[in-house]
Amino acid sequence: MTQVKMTVNGKTMSGDVEGRTLLAQFLRDDQGLTGTHIGCDTSQCGACVVHVNGEAVKSCTMFAIEADGAEVATIEGQANADGSLNVIQQAFQDHHGLQCGFCTPGMVMSAAALLKDNPKPTEAEVRHYLDGNICRCTGYHNIVKAIMAASGQDVSAIAAE
Amino acid sequence: MPKDGGIGASSKRREDVRFLTGNGNYTDDINMRGQAYVHFLRSDVAHGTLTNVDVSAAADMPGVVQIFTGADFEAVGGMPCGWQVTDKHGEAMQEPKHPVLAHGKVRHVGEPIAAIVADTLAQARDAAEAIVVEIDELPAVINMKDAVKEGAPKVHDELTSNLCYDWGFVEENKGAVDEAFKNAAHVTTLELTNNRLVANPMEPRVAIGDYNRSDGEHTLYTTSQNPHVIRLLMGAFVLGIPEHKLRVVAPDVGGGFGTKIFHYQEEAFCTFAAKAINRPVKWTSTRSEAFISDAHGRDHVTKIQMALDADNNFTALRTDTYANMGAYLSTFAPSVPTWLHGTLMAGNYKTPLIYVNVKAVFTNTVPVDAYRGAGRPEATYQLERLVDKCAHELGVDPIALRRQNFITEFPYATPVAVEYDTGDYVATMDKLEEMADMAGFAARRAESEAKGKLRGFGVNCYIEACGIAPSNLVGQLGARAGLYESATVRVNATGGLVVMTGSHSHGQGHETSFAQVVAEMIGIDESMIDIVHGDTSKVPMGMGTYGSRSIAVGGSAMVRATEKIIAKAKKIASHLLEASEGDIELKDGAFSVAGTDKSVAWGDVTLAAYVPHNYPLDDIEPGLEETAFYDPSNFTYPSGAYSCEVELDPDTGHVTIERFAAADDFGNVINPMIVTGQVHGGLAQGIGQALMENCAYDDEGQLLSASYMDYAMPRASDLPMYDVDHSCQTPCTHNPLGVKGCGEAGAIGSPPSVVNAVLDAMRSGGFDVPHMDMPVSPQRVWAAMHGGAEAAAKVGVTASNAKPNA
Repeated sequence: MTQVKMTVNGKTMSGDVEGRTLLAQFLRDDQGLTGTHIGCDTSQCGACVVHVNGEAVKSCTMFAIEADGAEVATIEGQANADGSLNVIQQAFQDHHGLQCGFCTPGMVMSAAALLKDNPKPTEAEVRHYLDGNICRCTGYHNIVKAIMAASGQDVSAIAAE
Repeated sequence: MPKDGGIGASSKRREDVRFLTGNGNYTDDINMRGQAYVHFLRSDVAHGTLTNVDVSAAADMPGVVQIFTGADFEAVGGMPCGWQVTDKHGEAMQEPKHPVLAHGKVRHVGEPIAAIVADTLAQARDAAEAIVVEIDELPAVINMKDAVKEGAPKVHDELTSNLCYDWGFVEENKGAVDEAFKNAAHVTTLELTNNRLVANPMEPRVAIGDYNRSDGEHTLYTTSQNPHVIRLLMGAFVLGIPEHKLRVVAPDVGGGFGTKIFHYQEEAFCTFAAKAINRPVKWTSTRSEAFISDAHGRDHVTKIQMALDADNNFTALRTDTYANMGAYLSTFAPSVPTWLHGTLMAGNYKTPLIYVNVKAVFTNTVPVDAYRGAGRPEATYQLERLVDKCAHELGVDPIALRRQNFITEFPYATPVAVEYDTGDYVATMDKLEEMADMAGFAARRAESEAKGKLRGFGVNCYIEACGIAPSNLVGQLGARAGLYESATVRVNATGGLVVMTGSHSHGQGHETSFAQVVAEMIGIDESMIDIVHGDTSKVPMGMGTYGSRSIAVGGSAMVRATEKIIAKAKKIASHLLEASEGDIELKDGAFSVAGTDKSVAWGDVTLAAYVPHNYPLDDIEPGLEETAFYDPSNFTYPSGAYSCEVELDPDTGHVTIERFAAADDFGNVINPMIVTGQVHGGLAQGIGQALMENCAYDDEGQLLSASYMDYAMPRASDLPMYDVDHSCQTPCTHNPLGVKGCGEAGAIGSPPSVVNAVLDAMRSGGFDVPHMDMPVSPQRVWAAMHGGAEAAAKVGVTASNAKPNA
């Protein structure tokens, strides 16, 4: 077992992990941050996306020890300081960008990473960026719409609701 | 203007906040003190005799608590099947035993052989590698037509053959149908496959068993669409636990699409093992396990024929279908190709004579059961592809041919035993034509052609049957369960209320839309209403969510219970207002006496119910809680018309969806935003089936598409924005809300229009391909266009009959 220590959503967290422990497992099982989900075992679905040192990372594809000393952000730390939904989260609710909610944390974290690098993405850019996030419920229409709305773009021309 | 609350409002979903902030409570998020973990060692061969399962070395591995094999379950019941189909000779289907853990033989890749329970999951997995399993491999049967040949290897030695049943519907019509074909002016024939799919909800299945020695109660936490059904099936048929000693909880569930309806071995195992080892036992499926243990969907091979008279009227329809059951009968598998498929074969058309034959076949593959639409997509696909083929053979417009044969008068009794209560197929087609901008199609095609691409337009109609019922009818059809729903409305003293519904939400937004209905009925704010579901200890009874039944059946039960609440509250109000009960009106959350200004608020009445100082105790009991069970008198029949416009790259065979329009008639709509979202999701799954998804086995029964590396899940870049409309509304006549259900329509209605559009695009380039099986992947499209007969056959398509335009 190896001790790891990292900052997660601004708080210092540490624990003893095996070499094979994945960051996703460390967050979920050791730290109780169950908002990060595991939807596959081939690094395809993106339900586990978190930010490590500001970059979007699939936490099922990174060992916990690789994140030793890192700044990690998860879905649990995304809301505004007063607990209200942040701009991206609010856009997902406003535009019905989620149904069962299982892929949602990864979608929100990916969207945040996209908008950081590309503040006004086109529809095609959003769709391309989401290639690593699978949703089975929404057909993506409202996710794409929500992300574009969160970027401040007018989405009223996109089909209603 | 849209309302800002109540029925018809696009209320934002209240469940979203917890999901968006990481506060959802999915089954894998639950951890019990002292829990052990189970890993299932699964068969890696499709068919064989288990000659040795030696766990002795593994049992001594670190952390191992206990290892279970099939022998441990000999005294335990097998997995039950919930529907018994009677074949065309009046005989019951062949129903094989379905063990919790394999015993004697393995019958598909993925079948669990041993269950290793250990302190950690890693220890359980490590120990699994030390188990010695010896299997004498037997020839596997994968192809259905091979499986029913004389002398084929038998999946189940105790059965007479691999044929589960040979079903004829309506058997008495067969002679008349065949006669009509002899007299037809034109007959169109189509042979096709409805490709096998994997449902793939994003949350893999999870089960946690717990046993409380102090009161003898078992609890199962599970990713289920219907926890009460699991309680009944597992308690009564597998483990022998009475309902009052078994609690089943399905908390937040990350999508179902049918595959989480069924009772699975892992649920029974964790419940059983928790008592055996006196610790909670947790199982979390990996995605790789999901591919080889979740029930698959579709997998029909069909020959369908339409007879037409000289005026292009449909005179008769007949179909022959082989339906794959897989190695065992999953919970509702036998019903899917029969009562959920044969009854839909009239579609939107007044074809007077129909005969459906279905042969259900056992193969050495994962069991096949309901997947979004369940039987109805299979019916719609074959019928709507056939009608398109008819139109092209006859040289008539596909929409005109459909319109000519539409059912226009309702109620309409079909020749396949169902009665459509309402619908307006002309209205939805009119709406579709408007949405599709057909006038602009020629210009769009020219634009594509200028880029060296081909453009095609395809259309189809669909009819759906939702909310399967009534119970006494489905009982005659072979269902071993009732198909009602229950709801309890518990009003608290301070006026807030809880609806405990047997419906289960796993993405459908019931917590929002169900509250809208009750808010409208009572006239109180939605925030005063909580919807509770998914826990058998909180909800008295339930049949769960599938078949687009929640609002039509569960919502109706909730309405009935709320009506009882209102009736009792009016009695209390009449006492408080010293007025006659008949004069009491409820509006905007206040009871008033008609024609006066006397009124009493909802909250005063609810308080009186629980603090009955001034109360008619001689007439009614204190308290305000009512339960209703609702058993519908008929199915509901949503319908619609869909169109798809594709662009095809003739150099690569790649197809993109450029436009997709859906005009649906769902009857009354509670929350248009949620309904639209349901259609979007269905469309994505239907387009996925048509363009990309395919569950493929090799000849030895190895699953080739066994992960997201190989199974083509649609991504954001594969799909378009959809144009969805549900303004055509013919309300259901037999439920109190006039609702029809919307969950499956998109998946049912979309595959034929995609394929019709791709064939149209190919025709526009001079490639005459009469049919292509799904998925119409680039490989298949290219091979059909350019590959010649041999290359096309290799990928399962027919080569173009004609050379392309110069």
